[in-house]
Amino acid sequence: MSLLEIHEETVGYNGTSVLRELNLTIKNGERIALVGESGSGKTTLLNLIHARLGNVASLVPQELGLVQALTVFHNVYMGRLHERSVWRNLRNLLLPLKADIGLVVPILKTLRLEDKIHSSVGELSGGQQQRTAVGRALFHTGEILIADEPVSAVDEHQAREILNSITSNKPTVVLAMHDRELAIEFSDRLIGIRDGLLVLDEDASGMKPSDLDHLYRNKDE
Amino acid sequence: MRSEPSPLAKTTKIFVGIGFICLVFSDVAITTVDPWDEFGRLLAGLVSPDFYATDSVIQAIAYTLAFAFLGVTLANLMGLFLALLFFSRIIRTLCAVIRAVHELFWALIFLQMFGLSPLTGVLAIAIPYAGIIAKVYAEILEEANPAPLKSIPFGTSRLSAFIFVQLPDVWAHFRSYAMYRLECGIRSSAVLGFIGLPTLGFHLETAFKEGQYSEVAALLFLFYLVIATMRFWIKRPLLPIYIIGAIIILPWGVQFSFSNIVRFLTEDIIPYPIRSGGSFEGLSDWLHLMVVDQAIPGTIATLQLTMIALVATGFLTIILFPLISPLLLGKFSRFFGHIFLVIARSTPEYILAFILLQLWGPSMLPAIVALTLHNGAIIGHLIGRYTETVQLRLDAVKGFNRYIYEVLPRVYSPMLALLFYRWEVIMRETAILGILGIATLGFYVDSAFADLRFDRAIFLIAITALLNICIDVISRSIRSRLRLQTSLKQH
Repeated sequence: MSLLEIHEETVGYNGTSVLRELNLTIKNGERIALVGESGSGKTTLLNLIHARLGNVASLVPQELGLVQALTVFHNVYMGRLHERSVWRNLRNLLLPLKADIGLVVPILKTLRLEDKIHSSVGELSGGQQQRTAVGRALFHTGEILIADEPVSAVDEHQAREILNSITSNKPTVVLAMHDRELAIEFSDRLIGIRDGLLVLDEDASGMKPSDLDHLYRNKDE
Repeated sequence: MRSEPSPLAKTTKIFVGIGFICLVFSDVAITTVDPWDEFGRLLAGLVSPDFYATDSVIQAIAYTLAFAFLGVTLANLMGLFLALLFFSRIIRTLCAVIRAVHELFWALIFLQMFGLSPLTGVLAIAIPYAGIIAKVYAEILEEANPAPLKSIPFGTSRLSAFIFVQLPDVWAHFRSYAMYRLECGIRSSAVLGFIGLPTLGFHLETAFKEGQYSEVAALLFLFYLVIATMRFWIKRPLLPIYIIGAIIILPWGVQFSFSNIVRFLTEDIIPYPIRSGGSFEGLSDWLHLMVVDQAIPGTIATLQLTMIALVATGFLTIILFPLISPLLLGKFSRFFGHIFLVIARSTPEYILAFILLQLWGPSMLPAIVALTLHNGAIIGHLIGRYTETVQLRLDAVKGFNRYIYEVLPRVYSPMLALLFYRWEVIMRETAILGILGIATLGFYVDSAFADLRFDRAIFLIAITALLNICIDVISRSIRSRLRLQTSLKQH
């Protein structure tokens, strides 16, 4: 079943076009990886997909969007703010409810962050902050998760753990990835962007990282 | 699994606790028979301003601006000079002392020396402002990029290094701060009218006491208009014209006698028992009277009112800043938010307290509300503007949830920083409100001046200054311990 169809001549900000001749259909249950150089338009495409889908999708932006002064619990809990009453949110802000801590802990466990639940995000390492942002998106009840470079600040071992956690918890995912090997491993559909054009859209199975070379400018040219 | 509460939360709890205890023991009441009746008449006046009530309205505004221009210009010159000498401990202490004394107290002192000569008003603004400006300019110079200074040839004189390397770098900061100080100067100048100088406050007090609310409205509206349009009429080429104009219109003809000044400085302000060659017993009686009957009760009331106002300002800021925050409100609502905040922060606490005192009768309530409204609007404005630089993630929630989860936690620490920064300002203003009859230190100072007991007045002003410096030291240590930064930059 088709989840989203995008047909746009150009997409951009303030008159400058970032993406051109965009035709993209996303189906339920697909695991999509976006690959391409930085500046090629991956973030613009992710933001566009998120804007079209609205609240059925959660987002892990590249800059994470965490509230540094609040704890890991609060930041993860924020994934469901829109579904709770204001009073409950206020209550959880001042003194977290056991019931909601109980809901957040299992997610933190899969991200191996449960011992940091009451730490302020500002005190965490870059990798821990990234996992907190992923936790927030996982706690969101939407079926779709959109993430912009969600494993850029962790080592390969942790990256696999996080990507496993994402793909096993959410049926449909769209990830922008800079690591080609991980992109192929954790997706079933690869979309390659170069200079604002979708130049590759293929089944990921059987692909090798070297198959993606043409997406990246040759430095010697 | 619960971790330590954050130091910010702990500090907040302690201060809210202190504020609450102070409030319980405070005298808060509305004592007038029919406050709403008077308020109704004030409102009726406000909607029918009478700009032709007296020809003094324009004159009042002109004098208010003239005192502010000359005072702030002089303060800038002195402040810049003092800032260059800020490496000296003596200069730093001198600046701390002169800025710890409120401009109204300076005015009361100069009034004894120069009478109603314009010198009184100009110096009353220039002296404390020079102390503040010296500190701020010294801080700006310290934070300037040190790299260019290292790249100039050896042997370059300090002055030319300053003029060619440092000054161009910090000029824009100096200019914007000087502009802000001018706005403060206009407010101070207006308030100086309450002790007899021919500025806005003088006419406001008269009109109020006579119940001429349409004239009150005209004076206030013109005052807001002048402040709100400042950035359109303050232009660099026009500044010399304004300054010369200010010198021309002020009534310099008022005579003062030098023997008066000499007597004031060498005799009047010396404690009476010493001056009259009295006994040690006489001096200890004098000290007992001053400390036990005046300084201690005055200090307690000043601190009590300060703490209530500080905590209440914090609460009000949390409510006010969303009014102008683009993260929380649309353009249309923000427009009205801006108008409300401009009015609340342009009205000096003293004038607000004076008006509320007329409506509600004597108690601490008018002072609490005036201090809270004015300071809450100032900090609310700064925090609201700060939220313009905060980037939220695309899928952030909306409405009240956004306010409590996304915005408030992000602005809380800068808000506390500004609040503690203004603590000392609130205290200085609290002491001054005593002149209106609330039993803070200013009440005892004003009574001493009224009785021509200048020795007592100077003693009490010194106590007030000391208290103010103590608050400044405590505030600075709290800010550094909580690592609060007042410069509103995104980290």
